[in-house]
Amino acid sequence: MSSTAEIQSGLAEILEEVAGVAPADATPEKSFTEDLDVDSLSMVEIATAVEDKFGVAIPDDELGGIKTVGDAISFIEKNQ
Amino acid sequence: MSDTTITLPPVAAGAQVLGVGAYRPRRRVTNDELSQTMDTNDEWIQSRVGIAERRWAEPDETLVEMSVAAGGKALAASGLSADQVDLVIVASASLPTQIPGAGPEVAHRLGMTRPGAYDVNAGCAGFCYALSAAADAIRAGSARNALVIGAERLSDVTDLTDRATAVIFADGAGAMVLGASDEPGIGPVVWGSDGDQRDAIAIPVAAPGEREALTMAGQAVYRWATTKLTDVLQAAMDSAGVTAADIDVFAPHQANLRIIELMAKRLGLPATTVIARDVVLAGNTSSASVPLAIAALLDSGEARSGDLCLVLGYGAGLTFAGQVLRLP
Repeated sequence: MSSTAEIQSGLAEILEEVAGVAPADATPEKSFTEDLDVDSLSMVEIATAVEDKFGVAIPDDELGGIKTVGDAISFIEKNQ
Repeated sequence: MSDTTITLPPVAAGAQVLGVGAYRPRRRVTNDELSQTMDTNDEWIQSRVGIAERRWAEPDETLVEMSVAAGGKALAASGLSADQVDLVIVASASLPTQIPGAGPEVAHRLGMTRPGAYDVNAGCAGFCYALSAAADAIRAGSARNALVIGAERLSDVTDLTDRATAVIFADGAGAMVLGASDEPGIGPVVWGSDGDQRDAIAIPVAAPGEREALTMAGQAVYRWATTKLTDVLQAAMDSAGVTAADIDVFAPHQANLRIIELMAKRLGLPATTVIARDVVLAGNTSSASVPLAIAALLDSGEARSGDLCLVLGYGAGLTFAGQVLRLP
């Protein structure tokens, strides 16, 4: 089980690797598409990277509901 | 009961590609042109799928006409005459007629003498499926030489006002002529299907008198392509007894530039490997894309005769098929 802080920093690493988002920008209130310029295909890459790192499954129909960094953190917390 | 034994023809050591040919429709459709009729723009399209322009066939450029053109070029490149080809397979997912198939007409138009001729529909994997079927027929002695064609008019089955699909799908035909060889020029196929995802790329059944357009669950297909197919490519290399370091040319199905780049990165191909990026100028031509991409690289000189080429078809079904080829 990863802590909230560990999840946030792990997610920030993934965002930097996949979409070139500066780790300081990956804060919970940020919207992936509106604020961080992450497109729908990069969201898939982020989802698969999150699955590998945190051992959770993010099906495509759940992925649509994950709008912000905070949404992703709570999804991982609930499902890990 | 007769006790006479059934005899089989001699088995060939292998099959090889003898010639490659392509036909690209005349009409170039740029992203700027599409942005005049739908809510999209060049930056949006290029960043998501890497396509700058595509070709859409005009009415006279039928699927059979394009197949004949590409097949004729592959035949000329092979050095064989039409009567030496005794098997023709046309791979297509967009043939306008269910009956008859395109294979017999294409063979007849090319002046061939009553070859075995049929069609294959394995979505965008169709060409690589047909290539395997033809190579196996040659090895088994069922055919001496074969013409394999991938041909599509996806513009016929796409809603050309839908920005999710119209920017991607396109038309064209590519072909290869195969013959027997002492040294194998086509490696074993690694193929399969994930039929639980049959709805991911589909044309829904239309009501009588209506037409339905091609739909694609983009995220689902992208996830599948980027997570499940690297292993298929690795298995195709393993089964042919080669490694990533041996691959001179990587020519996967031209679906999306981002998928191509991710696959190349994950395979660990050397920096010297030529990567087919025909999708940039051709769009996604489904079963035509692999031979079109290889023809472009041979024409430009980026790929050379004797190069080892890793190919992979994947698409509706979902289906996939990968092989290693020696380029002619």
